[in-house]
Amino acid sequence: MDILKIFTLAIGEMLSPTTITFVLCALGLAVHFGFTGLLNFGQAAFAAVGAYGMVISIDTFKLPLFLAILVGLVCSVLFALILGIPTLRLRADYLAIVTIATAEVFRYFMTTIGFSNVTGGSNGLSQFGSEFWALNPIPEGNYNFGFATYRADQLYVLMVGWGAVIIGALILRLLMRSPWGRVLKGIREDEDAVRSLGKNVFFYKLQALIIGGLFASVGGMIFVLNLSNVQPQVWTTNFTFTIWSILLLGGAATILGPIAGGMIFIAVISVTQGLMSGLVELGLLPFLTQPDIAQIRLLLIGLSLMLLVIFRPQGLFGNKKETQFNV
Amino acid sequence: MSKSKDLAIDQICIGDIAPGCRKVDPILIADGVKRQFGGLTAVDVEHVEIPRGLITALIGPNGAGKTTFFNLLTGFDKPNQGNWSFEGRNLAGLSPYKVARLGMIRTFQLTKALSLLTVIENMRLGAQKQPGESFLTALIRPLWIRREKEITEVADTLLKRFKLDAKREDYAASLSGGQRKLLEMARALMSEPKLIMLDEPMAGVNPALTQSLLDHIKDLKANGTTVLFVEHDMHMVRHISDWVIVMAEGKVVAEGPPATVMKDQAVIDAYLGAHHDSDLGALAKPAASRSTKKGDTK
Repeated sequence: MDILKIFTLAIGEMLSPTTITFVLCALGLAVHFGFTGLLNFGQAAFAAVGAYGMVISIDTFKLPLFLAILVGLVCSVLFALILGIPTLRLRADYLAIVTIATAEVFRYFMTTIGFSNVTGGSNGLSQFGSEFWALNPIPEGNYNFGFATYRADQLYVLMVGWGAVIIGALILRLLMRSPWGRVLKGIREDEDAVRSLGKNVFFYKLQALIIGGLFASVGGMIFVLNLSNVQPQVWTTNFTFTIWSILLLGGAATILGPIAGGMIFIAVISVTQGLMSGLVELGLLPFLTQPDIAQIRLLLIGLSLMLLVIFRPQGLFGNKKETQFNV
Repeated sequence: MSKSKDLAIDQICIGDIAPGCRKVDPILIADGVKRQFGGLTAVDVEHVEIPRGLITALIGPNGAGKTTFFNLLTGFDKPNQGNWSFEGRNLAGLSPYKVARLGMIRTFQLTKALSLLTVIENMRLGAQKQPGESFLTALIRPLWIRREKEITEVADTLLKRFKLDAKREDYAASLSGGQRKLLEMARALMSEPKLIMLDEPMAGVNPALTQSLLDHIKDLKANGTTVLFVEHDMHMVRHISDWVIVMAEGKVVAEGPPATVMKDQAVIDAYLGAHHDSDLGALAKPAASRSTKKGDTK
């Protein structure tokens, strides 16, 4: 077992495009749940809508990349409106039910054979990456950073992805420290009180749903651009619950939380996989075989998340003061 | 006590005092407002007018429909039928936030302090016309920071007045029940409402703090704000209100100056209970208890 290798691998995973996608989705979910109190269990669908919106525009309608990204974002906004307008006037639980159902409907819709000439069906689409890769400004070659060696195209995706994370986080920081963010937090605490103070609560909730959804959509786009491939089976409820885990791990009502939480979550998964696999190899876990590890690992992660929510409900980066009150 | 006690009846209402009588200068007029929950008629108000610039108490036993009437007037609930207007503007069918923007701000019977916001953030949220509350302006700090400073100044003055200034940076969740009532009232004042509607401001508040709340309500009137408040206890009402409206089983059954209403035997027996003579209002004599209230708000 090579401990050093396990950890360098984990660092690589922490910075990977998958982590970027989860971080962006978690930032969006922080806007939904952490700041506004909206229970969105369909964040995977927001990512998928953005990704498919962009990919279909390029692949089927031959639009240029930047226009396609715009189409993806517009699709995401429309999706938020479709979900939000009927449900945001109701109690929070209804949004939860509708989002989880819609996410599944969307995934199955994309798998349907009848539309596969546009959506690619269950095979997905893969003829859309060329323009993105052509924009790579980094010269060909391998770049060594000690913990990992990246090809120019890998470095390019990471640059774009983390750039998006940083810009997104800065925008969120500005928003959440503004009076606009204050209204959202007020809605999270008690929307009737905010209504009685003359704020259009429904409109704010709709705005929050749209903005959080846009973050997920950008995340989805980076995910599919990196793979040069979009497939419907990626955007499952598992995807959504991973995002929730990351959010709760980092701290729902924070901006640093989803970012660091995402990196830690992915690193923990990678390290436990490596360590347990190594231990099994050495025969130190005689009751386990290699294929068991993935399951046991998820079980342990689930358990630690439960403990986290019970003993540190504000998350790793949340404000400790907040939990002193049982409200 | 207050000068309003000397206000002649004919300066408030026109004609004979009767349920639904017309006022010289009404700020709020309700007409035929009816709300039914299935077979139960919770509110059935034929006509009522709230006089401007005065303190009006809305009293009645449990289940009389006071809070439902409040909810209807402020748009939090929709009536089956009826019209009501505020300063001549029809409010029927208007959303709660629009009602609030017109200058008619309410508080809630079960206090709604925004727990995980600090006291000062609670206060700032009460202000109107903050450009930073719209999404695009929020991103550009210079566009709203000046208004924010103005708002904060007003908030600090109010916090001082309500003796919450020491709690400025604390979460509202850390306040006591009485302090939350004060915070909610102070927050409602941030927008300088023309009419403030207090739903049981004294419920669950200890006697010393009740006195301070009563004083605050009188201050509101002195500053030109019309007050309409719901209360169970006639003795509290007697000491501060200029006008009393009695509701029972959804209807307005009596109204008039406190002294007159209290003499109305039917009202007393039917709606105030038999123990109305035991004077819970001893604590409403300001000079006697003023010294005790300071300790409570800390």
